[in-house]
Amino acid sequence: MPRDTVGRTITVAVVLCLVCSLLVSATTVALRPRQAAQRRLDKMRNILIVAGLIGEDAHPSQAEIERLFERIETRWVDLEREATLVPKEEEESIDTDQMIFLPPDMDIARIKRHPRFMEVYFVRNEDGSLDQIVLPISGLGLWSVLHGFIALDADLRTIRGLGFYEHKETPGLGGEVDNPKWRAQWRGKTAFDETGRVCIRVEKPGGGGGSSDDPCHIDALSGATFTSKGVQNAIHYWLGENGFGPLLKRLQQERNDGKA
Amino acid sequence: MEKPKDVLLTPIFDNNPIALQVLGICSALAVTTKLHTSVVMAVAVTLVVGCSSAAVAAIRHYIPSSIRIIVQMTIIASLVIIVDQVLQAFAYEASKELSVFVGLIITNCIVMGRAEGYAMHHDVKLSFLDGIGNGLGYSFILLVVGITRELFGSGRIYGVEVLPLARDGGWYVPNGLMLLPPSAFFLIGLIIWAIRTWKPEQVGKS
Repeated sequence: MPRDTVGRTITVAVVLCLVCSLLVSATTVALRPRQAAQRRLDKMRNILIVAGLIGEDAHPSQAEIERLFERIETRWVDLEREATLVPKEEEESIDTDQMIFLPPDMDIARIKRHPRFMEVYFVRNEDGSLDQIVLPISGLGLWSVLHGFIALDADLRTIRGLGFYEHKETPGLGGEVDNPKWRAQWRGKTAFDETGRVCIRVEKPGGGGGSSDDPCHIDALSGATFTSKGVQNAIHYWLGENGFGPLLKRLQQERNDGKA
Repeated sequence: MEKPKDVLLTPIFDNNPIALQVLGICSALAVTTKLHTSVVMAVAVTLVVGCSSAAVAAIRHYIPSSIRIIVQMTIIASLVIIVDQVLQAFAYEASKELSVFVGLIITNCIVMGRAEGYAMHHDVKLSFLDGIGNGLGYSFILLVVGITRELFGSGRIYGVEVLPLARDGGWYVPNGLMLLPPSAFFLIGLIIWAIRTWKPEQVGKS
């Protein structure tokens, strides 16, 4: 039986491709729900790490993660309406696929677009008062968009923690955004200056830049200028007026009114 | 006729794909900083080599020789995608740490080498054993390198602290080089040296 005729070659190629594509698509479709559940748990775990509720290396079980999440109130924010909280009874009707496309002059984090509705996380104390708020952030680094969270103290100015759960930066250089030592310096820094503008600068230590005593200064990652700038841009965008800035201002206002 | 047992076991020490044929080095450098990722990678590669060799052997009489390489690639790539999907569903964190290296099993010379060099002219059973054997040979090196790098680089084995680190109040100052890819080169070199001292017939003629 001749094996190398044109017809035979094409037949084998077509049959093989069909069989392989069937196998691949069947696996993907069958496993998708489980993968989505895994991604959700991973995201929750990262929120808990950024909020400092579990250690860096902790790998709690699903039940444990869900128990810790009982302290956390998840709310949707409408970024098209000055970051207003979506009332709980309207959450059902949210279209999570709706996107906001950013014109280049607004797009300081260089992400081009992001969902209109996003989740923010209020971490409560035992008595129900606010302990901290965890906000999602994202921004373009060198190779990829970095996705992560920033946690702010109850004063809504002081940074509690920062971490990225998804990025494709160069391991050893930009990939060091995951380094616990680098991330530790964010704790206690001030995100906003006296006038309420975002003041965080990720820059080279010493020289023209600030020192580690400066509440707005973060040491940049060496050999990773683009990644460092990307992190700074992400924070400026997401804490700024087009991100969660208006929400934070209102919450601060409420807090001050409450005290007065 | 080769004995199935020999087909399975020779690739582990006598004809190790990494130590003797020096194939598949790149992933051996990249994924061995921790034992856990090494284990996941070793299992993934072993399964892929075994199944792809068996599949290629099963259809070897139908593969036109003009497109045989691309046929093998298609089979290997499909298997790797399936493995990647399974890892994402059942070992999410390991798959995140291995990231691109799971996908890169496609280009691992061992897989392709066994398909083209062995499975194209042997039956399904022997090809499967040959694939698994070569996977085990790869796994053996990965595990030794992984254990050594994790132990001396972070004082742990499989995430369990063995040597208390100085920065946490213990006595061991970790060797940072162990966490960087070049250390795997040195370790693989040492393993090759050890194997060739034990089995001098593997020493190449100069």
